Amino acid sequence: MREFRYERAADMAGALTLLAAEPGARPLGGGTNLVDLMKNGIERPALLVDLRDLPLGRIEPTADGGLRIGATVTNSDLAAHPDVRRRYPALAQAVLAGASGQLRNMATVGGNLLQRTRCGYFTDAAAPCNKRSPGSGCAALTGEHRNHAVLGASPHCVAVHPSDMAVALAAFDAVVVYETLDGPGELPLAEFYRPVDSNPQLETALPPGALITGVVLPPAPVAAASRYRKVRERASYAFAIGSLAAALDIRDGIVHDVRLAFGAVASRPWRARQAERALTGGPADAAAFAAAADAELAAARPLPHNGYKLPLMRNLAVSVLTELAEEAAR
Amino acid sequence: MTPATTTGLAPRAVGTPHVRLEGRDKVTGAARYAADFPADGLAHGWIVTSTVARGRIASVDDLPALKMPGVLAVLHHGNAPRLKEDFAGTFGPDATTQILQHDRVPHAGWPVACVVAETPEQAREAAETLVVTYDTEPHDVDFRPGHPAAYTPDASPAGPGRAEKGDVEAELAASDVVVDAHYSTPELYHNAMEPHAAMAYWDDGRLEVVDTTQGAYATAQDLAQLFGLDPASVHLRSEHVGGGFGSKAQVRAHLILAVMATNLLGRPVRIALTRPQMFSLIGHRSRTAQRVRLGAGTDGRLRALEHTALSATSTLREFVEPSAAYGRTMYDANGHRTVNNVLPLDVPTPTYMRAPGEAPGSFAMECALDELAERCGLDPIALRARNEPSVGPVSGLPYAGHRLLDCFAEGARRFGWAERDPRPGVRRDGRWLIGTGTAAASFFTGVFPVTAAVTANADGTFTVRITAADIGTGARTALTQLAVEALDVEPSRVRLLIADSDFGNAWLAGGSMGTRSWGWAIQLAARELRERLALGAAVPADGLTVRSDTEQAVRALAAAERHAYGAQFAEVAVDPGTGEIRVRRMLGIFAAGRIVNPLTARSQLTGGMIWGLSAALHEEGIRDAASGALVNADLAGYHYAAHADVPAIEADWLDDPDPDDPVGIKGIGEIGAVGSAAAVANAVWHATGVRHRDLPIRPDRVLIPEQERAGHS
Repeated sequence: MREFRYERAADMAGALTLLAAEPGARPLGGGTNLVDLMKNGIERPALLVDLRDLPLGRIEPTADGGLRIGATVTNSDLAAHPDVRRRYPALAQAVLAGASGQLRNMATVGGNLLQRTRCGYFTDAAAPCNKRSPGSGCAALTGEHRNHAVLGASPHCVAVHPSDMAVALAAFDAVVVYETLDGPGELPLAEFYRPVDSNPQLETALPPGALITGVVLPPAPVAAASRYRKVRERASYAFAIGSLAAALDIRDGIVHDVRLAFGAVASRPWRARQAERALTGGPADAAAFAAAADAELAAARPLPHNGYKLPLMRNLAVSVLTELAEEAAR
Repeated sequence: MTPATTTGLAPRAVGTPHVRLEGRDKVTGAARYAADFPADGLAHGWIVTSTVARGRIASVDDLPALKMPGVLAVLHHGNAPRLKEDFAGTFGPDATTQILQHDRVPHAGWPVACVVAETPEQAREAAETLVVTYDTEPHDVDFRPGHPAAYTPDASPAGPGRAEKGDVEAELAASDVVVDAHYSTPELYHNAMEPHAAMAYWDDGRLEVVDTTQGAYATAQDLAQLFGLDPASVHLRSEHVGGGFGSKAQVRAHLILAVMATNLLGRPVRIALTRPQMFSLIGHRSRTAQRVRLGAGTDGRLRALEHTALSATSTLREFVEPSAAYGRTMYDANGHRTVNNVLPLDVPTPTYMRAPGEAPGSFAMECALDELAERCGLDPIALRARNEPSVGPVSGLPYAGHRLLDCFAEGARRFGWAERDPRPGVRRDGRWLIGTGTAAASFFTGVFPVTAAVTANADGTFTVRITAADIGTGARTALTQLAVEALDVEPSRVRLLIADSDFGNAWLAGGSMGTRSWGWAIQLAARELRERLALGAAVPADGLTVRSDTEQAVRALAAAERHAYGAQFAEVAVDPGTGEIRVRRMLGIFAAGRIVNPLTARSQLTGGMIWGLSAALHEEGIRDAASGALVNADLAGYHYAAHADVPAIEADWLDDPDPDDPVGIKGIGEIGAVGSAAAVANAVWHATGVRHRDLPIRPDRVLIPEQERAGHS
């Protein structure tokens, strides 16, 4: 672990100035991912700018009936917030499905969005990895890729995004808001994560030097009947091998509104718009759910050892949507 | 050293539950582990390991590191002090001790340098900047049956490589029912909670060492040999050890390098391993590929039993995971063949790991028996009852205590086995399929000669000295209970000191032989002392000491098949849509000799059962074919069962007396880990109707079973 400087930013302008002055600087939230990566030499920042004194730790209603979640809100506080639990239950469930109680007490919303893949080749400095060392190759393509991407990958990188929270945010059309020295900006989550293409080292569309200040959830009545289910290789404290955020609004037996996002299948949380389109206006039964999942997965390009994700995601979609439909019928 | 806290033991303590004597010290932090000892002028080492799997070190560019702040030395093969080349220690010849002695890289993660600095942070930073270049050679980590380099070794500590009687092929041909199945288990890692660490310094002509080891005496002896020292000049202590499981039984790189560095620098040096280093420097359990062929009549009586196992070893040392030895004492057949093959590859050297051989071997054999029961239309317990041997199938020796079927009977009663519907795949609870499974367990009861000293002090107290190790098992408490019983005095008058090589020869904490071997020696010395005092012996000012050596007593023990036994039961829930498996309950009933401390014994047994659960469903070291290194060498990537995976687990035992055995204690450290993975796997079959013969039974394997996975693993 290399020596680094540490500054505690007093205000937003100070934080942005510190980050701008040092190209090797990284913002620090809970440090639950960044510090790990520093220990094994994957991240080597010259400066850490601690954001936890900034006034970004609140969850507030927006004027149009949505929620604004500050970037330094901890995962624990996010999951426990009454408005989140009542209006976006899948988000609270997703957060609680991740990490451990201790980590959730430290981890922040901004850091959660920016966490790095857990691909074992990315976290091993001796291994080839285009994301860590552009041009060095992708060891996962022909190596261990049981938990790698089946959707939206490229021959340059097949890593998956590890966040549970971001999957629920993707389902609910969250917008990432940020600040730069030139003023504020925002990115819908659908545009926040870049496609992999030939530059897997470029993960987000955030402008250089930008600081995430929060996430805005637009009002979404459908989200009140939502669920997050995560499948992993043990009962807790593991990253997903497949996860699903779903919300379902059925009126007169017909799907009026539906939200679906897949986790652990792509380099970003995967909003399943094909499936949503297939379901909307149609019947809410197992056959329709399966057909919708298949429509989304038609574009999947599994590798030799991760083809199980296709039946997994299909079964997960049918199971969770069926649960939601049955609960709506009660 | 912090003295162990002595809290009151009940008189006649053996057989009554007692919390660990040092428990308060451990939970308050007063107990010191190897990396906790302070020393004036302490320097810190950081090990650099190879990033290639095979080749030669071309260069070590130590000059930049030497210029970094606080750096005192960079040890590498070009400058390191020489060690005894043909070292042969407690476990025989061992080239893994030849740290920094040559330029050859035998596997990924091999030590190639060690940076010593004033602080661990300085050592680490310099170590990470050290540039080592290699002339790489093609490596081979391709573990597979049929590999041309595989061979049958003459013998391993578990017995001959091959044991055979009768005509297996003829018996198979004459059998009504034949099971022929292949099983595999992955690389498994011990990962004791306490990482390996050692501190070494010279004091008044003696090499003082604090190490975390399962056997202070053996480690001191081996260390002396390796460095060409008079054994009496090495003093090694390991008062508290945070788990071992077999990984702390040998002289390891951290200790060797700490001694090298202190010899070089003339000041105390401490070296601790990182968690990732614990995946390449301390041994592991090899992968296994096993084939079991069973032939039986329609009544389930075995005519043929063949178990062929393959494990990997390194190019440095032959270590055989003797999976196929399990059947040699468990099940008889006219045609009986068990073979343990081994395949040297460019991988780290495997070693003993909790129930070596028995754990993976029982998985294959006990699953194959479950398949045989299914094919014969027999209850799995009835099948085992039908095949209970009267003498050792290979040895022909009589059994000394053989209560396997009693364990099954009691376990079946408590588990509700009689109500079980044998049909697979027919019980549902929401999205979950439910199944139950059972398996037998056994672990041999060994003993080693040990010395002990018991002193009657002038103040009326007693001190017991023995080079035992308490690696978290509760051995310190159990041995104190045994000493109190043998001396027949108030517990508050007995103080037990352990884990100090000066206390003399003693077997290490391993092979489930510790408490049996040590307890025997304590019993001998304490009884003699009690008799001498009863006859009026005077206690001089410096105390009256009786020493014991169980060498003769151990030799006098009549030859017999001595084993602990157990019956394992598991209930699982499987979601066939997601591949998730949850174990809902486990029960283990054991016959394991005299139980000294029921509280810590239960913990040992349930711990072993959890070990089996974790092996069945979660654990797997994933070796990358291209690099030869592990892909998941940390606790985020290598999954142990989490708390949420561990259900209500019940372990209990039957009385298991052996009147011919002077000590009556059998080991309990390993038997819980035998058969438990098979019970879980058999329950998964009962839930789903699909046999899973490759561990761990991951969700992807449930979703796409072996039969559909042609060509992939």
